[in-house]
Amino acid sequence: MVYGTFDLLPAQAPRRHRFVMARDSLPARVLLVLAPWVLIVAFWYGVRASGFVNPALVPAPHDVAAKFVELMRQRLALDIWMSTQRVFVGVALGVTVSVPVGFCLGWYKGLRTFIDPVINFFRALPPIALIPLVIVYFGIGEVAKTVILFYASFFAGVIVMYEGIAQISPIYVRVARTLGANDLEIFGKVIVPLTIPHILTAVRVALGVAWATLVASELIAAQQGLGALIQNASSFFQLDIIYVGIICIGLIALTMDLALRAATRRLVAWQDRLA
Amino acid sequence: MNRVPLPEEPYLNPKWAEPIRIHFDKVSVEFETAAGPMRVIDDVSFEVSNGEFVSIIGPSGCGKTTLMNIVGGFVKPTTGRVLLDGRPVAAPGPDRGVIFQEYGVFPWLTVRQNIEFGLKLEANRKPAAERTAIANRYMGLMGLTDFADHFPKHLSGGMRQRLAIARAYAVKPQFLLMDEPFGALDAQTRSAMQDLLLHVLESEGKTVLLITHSVDEAIYLSSRIVVVTARPARVRKIIEVPFGYPRTPHTQEEPRFVALRTEIRELVMEEYAAQARQRVPATD
Repeated sequence: MVYGTFDLLPAQAPRRHRFVMARDSLPARVLLVLAPWVLIVAFWYGVRASGFVNPALVPAPHDVAAKFVELMRQRLALDIWMSTQRVFVGVALGVTVSVPVGFCLGWYKGLRTFIDPVINFFRALPPIALIPLVIVYFGIGEVAKTVILFYASFFAGVIVMYEGIAQISPIYVRVARTLGANDLEIFGKVIVPLTIPHILTAVRVALGVAWATLVASELIAAQQGLGALIQNASSFFQLDIIYVGIICIGLIALTMDLALRAATRRLVAWQDRLA
Repeated sequence: MNRVPLPEEPYLNPKWAEPIRIHFDKVSVEFETAAGPMRVIDDVSFEVSNGEFVSIIGPSGCGKTTLMNIVGGFVKPTTGRVLLDGRPVAAPGPDRGVIFQEYGVFPWLTVRQNIEFGLKLEANRKPAAERTAIANRYMGLMGLTDFADHFPKHLSGGMRQRLAIARAYAVKPQFLLMDEPFGALDAQTRSAMQDLLLHVLESEGKTVLLITHSVDEAIYLSSRIVVVTARPARVRKIIEVPFGYPRTPHTQEEPRFVALRTEIRELVMEEYAAQARQRVPATD
């Protein structure tokens, strides 16, 4: 009898995406990443040159860049800092609360039946719509902005968390039990690792929602921050400053998302599909 | 039909003059459904002796998995009891290695970490050097050495199932409970896995309970086969497999094997037909 049976089994090599090999060289990748941005700037110049729009209403990209440099020496750095820090505090608080709440909703199905409608009711309310109420109760200071951002990131995070947790297959818990794990070990060694990808997704979704909400709340009531910068500029019809503000918001959101994706790749390399 | 007659075997072959390890004692299970209680297991009694390999075969959805879940400690019988070495099953534990059809390998751990998982638990903690040695041994046995530091996402179905078996073996269970472990594999991989399992069992000597719906698999691997009826599952017949170990692929061509296959297949097909007449849809 031949006993080397596993020799007969298909020893599948780790999957590699062979088709991306050709674009793996560094200059090629840089080019690919830059291409759409170059196109956008070209389109921008094109619109200005076309004559369809009054050039006075479309500041040139190089003017906006110059304005950016000029503003960086004045208030822009503080605006960016204020906005970013507000988002961080709001998202940190919102996600910190939404992780355990979302976890419980996902894990205990009985709880979900009656909490779910409540969550969906509040989630359906755009945080921006609550700004007038928040101003009444919390004024126009930092607390008010934190409350709005907390609200926005909590409900975004809680849905992601509980839908993710509800999808966790109970088989892993069963397997761990048959291997002798006690409740504490099942939590620490099975449930926590399975929860981490969902926490990261919750942070990503919460960040997106929080940025949108932040700018809206700064447009209404703030002295500093990118929203306030845009709002002040619009009062004086300073289009170039508005552009600088908008581009900064986009770039910061992009940077945060990239950082989070990088963290996700490192922390949950085991996942089948990576963000 | 030209059939080789099978000897009428006693309920417990004296060949297995070994202590009884698993004892199903008048086990019945009812599940609550919207339409009222549904009986899935009805008065099942049989025994598994030390070192025996017993297969339970029956139509899919008949409650075979529930039988295994009782031994595994995941389901409590409504009436009757299952005794392990004379003691009723209370909860899942590392004395029973369970292999599920869907493998259940931990995707967040590498192959090596999966095998060592059980050895880091309080219930069977081993020092690092010993853990490494055990993992190395089972990775070698299961042909996984080259994939020690890979995550399961890089493994094929057969490799994941081998990993699940290696992980179960690592904590040195007394019993191996397998629920259609090769059901999701293609025919060649499945056949290779069966030979591998026989090979490993030869050196490890476990008492095995296998749930399957493959007649060939049941005969090829088992020393005894329990044929169960359509839901609710009752013991239809217990059949002694007249082959010793080790078995080779040639065993499957022996006339006695073929005759046994015909007999069991007819029994199982009768139960499938009975199940088709039932109006309540299958649940598992």
